[in-house]
Amino acid sequence: MEKILSKPQSLKDTVLSYCPGCGHGVIHRLVAECIDELGVREKTIAVAPVGCAVFAYDYFNFDVTEAPHGRPPAVATGIKRTNPDKFVFTYQGDGDIAAIGMAETIHAANRGENISIIFVNNANYGMTGGQMAPTTLIGQVTETTPFGKDAKREGYPIKLCELLSTLEGTTYLERVAIHNPQNIIKAKAAIKKAFQYQIDGKGFSLVEVISNCPVNWRMTPLNSVKWIEETFIKFFPLGLVKDNVEI
Amino acid sequence: MKKLTKGNVALCEGAIAAGLKSYFGYPITPQNEIPAYLSRKMVELGRVFIQAESEIAAANMVLGAAVTGVRAMTSSSSPGISLKQEAISYMAGMEVPAIIVNVQRGGPGLGNISGSQSDYFQAVKGGGHGDYKIIVVSPNSAQEMYETAYDAFDLAEKYRIPVMILADGITGQMMEPVDFNKPERKDFIKQDWVLDGAKNREPRSIKSLLMGEGALEQHNIKLQQKYNNIIENEVKYELYTIEDADVILIAHGISSRIAKSAVKLARKNGVKAGLLRPKTLWPFPSKIVNSIAKSSLNFLVVELNHGQMIEDVKLAVNGRSNVEFLGKAGGGLVTEQEILEKIKHIIVG
Repeated sequence: MEKILSKPQSLKDTVLSYCPGCGHGVIHRLVAECIDELGVREKTIAVAPVGCAVFAYDYFNFDVTEAPHGRPPAVATGIKRTNPDKFVFTYQGDGDIAAIGMAETIHAANRGENISIIFVNNANYGMTGGQMAPTTLIGQVTETTPFGKDAKREGYPIKLCELLSTLEGTTYLERVAIHNPQNIIKAKAAIKKAFQYQIDGKGFSLVEVISNCPVNWRMTPLNSVKWIEETFIKFFPLGLVKDNVEI
Repeated sequence: MKKLTKGNVALCEGAIAAGLKSYFGYPITPQNEIPAYLSRKMVELGRVFIQAESEIAAANMVLGAAVTGVRAMTSSSSPGISLKQEAISYMAGMEVPAIIVNVQRGGPGLGNISGSQSDYFQAVKGGGHGDYKIIVVSPNSAQEMYETAYDAFDLAEKYRIPVMILADGITGQMMEPVDFNKPERKDFIKQDWVLDGAKNREPRSIKSLLMGEGALEQHNIKLQQKYNNIIENEVKYELYTIEDADVILIAHGISSRIAKSAVKLARKNGVKAGLLRPKTLWPFPSKIVNSIAKSSLNFLVVELNHGQMIEDVKLAVNGRSNVEFLGKAGGGLVTEQEILEKIKHIIVG
């Protein structure tokens, strides 16, 4: 009998600490599969965020460094500029990338750093218990928006891909989701494309992955899938935002 | 042959000769010569120069370069150094060697652009969060700007620790003859902790987050052992006519230059004065201060602030000598004459 599916070499054989129904496990696997398929595991230096994926170095089977909250794009810049032959990506959440780290994100993008960013958007600060994120939807109840997010008080959800698309330094920006198999397949293709662009020296790529956070959304995993379909991706439309290579 | 050079530029040449691979900076006076000089020089040498979007980003770019085992540096002045404290704390926890240069200006807040020594506490007492130390060295001339930058990388790598070169606006801006006498460093030993891709080895991670029961406690114990080792081996200071002195001045950086002149002036006036100049501020030369302290001796601490290093002097003296202070903050310099008057006042009482 032929074995056609096994654990990617880029994932360690360990139990993930993520909550039931959380999307990080799927996204970790997609990243690991892409790195395996592109054959870059042995030259990968990844940057872990502060947030739910803070333990990424315990799960990925390649070199990973820690970074202060929001600073992965700056840390990745330091790594990649100094070691242009290495494969460098950051894995960040919405608070990390679009709140505390917005300056680092925009400027790494604007410099056209030849790095890849996997941006997991789950509309809240998961690790700290579900506070409002810069991507929290209007009306969404979180630990710090008990009456629902009010644009007058808290501002609007930030569409990061669209924001970055105005910068000439960005090469590839796409928003994907992982709440069903069809979208998982699309998400993997987007991640692989972003990684390939870095390998080809094409510049800055970011893949925004809409992901489930049922525990902090106070939903069952099944209801979280429904919420993504009916609410989340209505405001954050899936699809290509920018591709300078395949215009 | 010596060449008339600004302290800030001399520092750049020292770092380049030491094999600086990546520099990340941000404009702030009085250190602007450093990014300006390196923006040309590093590019010409095929090395990395980035003007970052902030001091925060610059320090984190250094962190990124440094985890791959290359020689990386950032520079700034006081307000900018406050912003770098986040990355410095992380690098201390992650045990990443890197060089941070502070060409101090007047504070607090935006302060002014004159030279100052008001960041002593911030530099030697931690600065950022957590129980950590970094090595802090204090050059007092353009020649020493060159030499400390050259030596700082070896020191940082030996202990896997950030090293801060705590200069001041005067030492940075002053032009003096510099002998560029150090050989260009080229061969570096690949460290066994760096991130360079998990080829033919297990993956590595560099982190300061230690959540396992007792893990952070053990890590802190290990850090403290390292710090004790540094205290034991890396204290550097300069002594000048202290043997028969009734008053010993303690000053570092630019203040030590003025203090030395004051000592000479005092001796011309028949007062037996001496100078103890810490070259490392952390580790502080506590042992030598402690060993010479006695009731018949006076110490006079001279700083360009309102009394920061004096606290370390008092701890070392432990009440066994009289410790006096003379200082100015906000950009003014203490003059030789003012020091002499203070010395006379101490002697006469």
